[in-house]
Amino acid sequence: MTVLCLVEHDASGVADASLRALTFARDLAAGAGVGAVLFGPGDEVPRDALASYGVTGAHVVEPDHLSGYAPQAWARVLAGLAGDTGASAVLAAGTDRGNEVLAHLGAILDLPMAANCLAAEPGDGGTMQIVRQRWAGLLLEDASLAGSPALMTLATETIQAAAVAESGPVAVHPYQPSLDEGDLRVCATESAGHSSGASLATARVVVGGGRGVGGPDGFAPLEELAGLLGGVVGVSRVVTSEGWRPHKQQVGQTGTRITPELYLACGISGAIQHMAGCAGAKHIVAVNTDPGAPILAHADYAVLGDLREVIPALVEALKARSAAR
Amino acid sequence: MEILVCVKRVPMVGGKIVLTGDGQEVDTRMSGFTISPHEECAVEEAVQITERLGGTVSVLTLGPPAAADQLREALALGAGRAVLLETDGREWGPIATAAQIVAEVRRRADAGAGYDLVLCGNEAADTGDYQVGVRVAHALGWPCVTGIKSLEVSDVGARAGREYRGTEESFEFGLPAVVTVKEGINLPRYPSLPGRLRAKRAVIERHEPAWQDEGLHKRALRVPEADRKQAEVLGAGADAVPALMRVLEEWGVLP
Repeated sequence: MTVLCLVEHDASGVADASLRALTFARDLAAGAGVGAVLFGPGDEVPRDALASYGVTGAHVVEPDHLSGYAPQAWARVLAGLAGDTGASAVLAAGTDRGNEVLAHLGAILDLPMAANCLAAEPGDGGTMQIVRQRWAGLLLEDASLAGSPALMTLATETIQAAAVAESGPVAVHPYQPSLDEGDLRVCATESAGHSSGASLATARVVVGGGRGVGGPDGFAPLEELAGLLGGVVGVSRVVTSEGWRPHKQQVGQTGTRITPELYLACGISGAIQHMAGCAGAKHIVAVNTDPGAPILAHADYAVLGDLREVIPALVEALKARSAAR
Repeated sequence: MEILVCVKRVPMVGGKIVLTGDGQEVDTRMSGFTISPHEECAVEEAVQITERLGGTVSVLTLGPPAAADQLREALALGAGRAVLLETDGREWGPIATAAQIVAEVRRRADAGAGYDLVLCGNEAADTGDYQVGVRVAHALGWPCVTGIKSLEVSDVGARAGREYRGTEESFEFGLPAVVTVKEGINLPRYPSLPGRLRAKRAVIERHEPAWQDEGLHKRALRVPEADRKQAEVLGAGADAVPALMRVLEEWGVLP
């Protein structure tokens, strides 16, 4: 089946979530074409990256026709292309934008949309048999999805991006959408200032702090540790709902989902909503006074003890190590 | 400013999620229910807006009769009016839910007190469909912004902001509009005692919409297999730090 996939990219390349979505799209297409849909200048189309993920055609909307992010207009483009290409499925990574654009597409086409899918295969009667996340991945739902094209966003943290063995050519097709005023009513203005420091979502190391930190004044040692490890501080929901730290530092179902090499969770009991946010961590170490804390059932290693003793000792060890080198 | 806030009754889950024997639902015999977190912030945001600009906050939910509890939670936080779209307990999908919200918006407009703003959560904690607000906006022909973490509303329009890949992006649009918000947009207040008493006495408007099927059919729910085991304890207190350093070295995460 022909599959269309929304690709998020910028001058630095294709978003990792979109590479994972393209991998999923290629498996679903099973040898038929994968069309990528991109918004941006034609000369910035990442042809090599698209080719190595098995994309056969790139449909590009240039800024002359649509500049900036306008969710309903992007969905209108996908609707037009789905019709033109006869696509059987339209996919996007389950990012903020992916979910938003596919929701608009569902509304425009009057079709159901399944969010955060992990698996899909064609079933009986033109349905798609899918597995999707509920509770931010704490539960899985087996479901059937009707409607053509099948509209799905993907739980990309569960999908490994995989390049093809031999990449073919990518045909670039400029696309001129016909948009009405309503499609362009909501359009994003991006602020010039990029946030400083490593982003929580992409940090290689995250030092987590929970209720055990004790209050807003207890985070300085965690910040110092994160700095020494080249990482950032993340916190549990209780920390943000108590107002100890800003919400943007929250790891969890209602905060950020992280994918670090190391998550060092300090004074965090491990409520399941928190674990939904750090399930993508490669290694987890828990520092906790309670040997029965639920987080120990998800961690590789644990240090039993007060973080106010353990963290400064770890900071000293790291400083001694770098001084010796 | 007339604001409609749409909230969902969801199970309160803590240590782990247990399913009913038939795999169709979360077992809630040992847990309570609450308003889905993003929507609790939507209620707070609406109350703050009407405190500044005047007007009424109406809160709506679609659910079983017991979902009146969640409407009373919202009334205790400062909502002035509550609407229960009563179901027989079956799980409604996002298309049917959106259609019933649209019906309420039209009823209110016909009554001469049309809404200026509909607030929803970005996604429900349980089903995570990410689309009810967008579908409501399309049916009404209103602008829609989602995933909002900051909102300024005036009598003529609104400006909403959110994060995108580490930058801030903002949207300006006219009213009426649909805005879906995320936790973090504010810190919800605790209900006051007078608020609780008012909520207890409040009359809830009830409607019984007819069940409507849609194209996404749940077959069963399951708990994903855990891929981690019980943690190996490296030691206690600062004495465990050398062992921890060796582990971090082995994983290649030290700078």
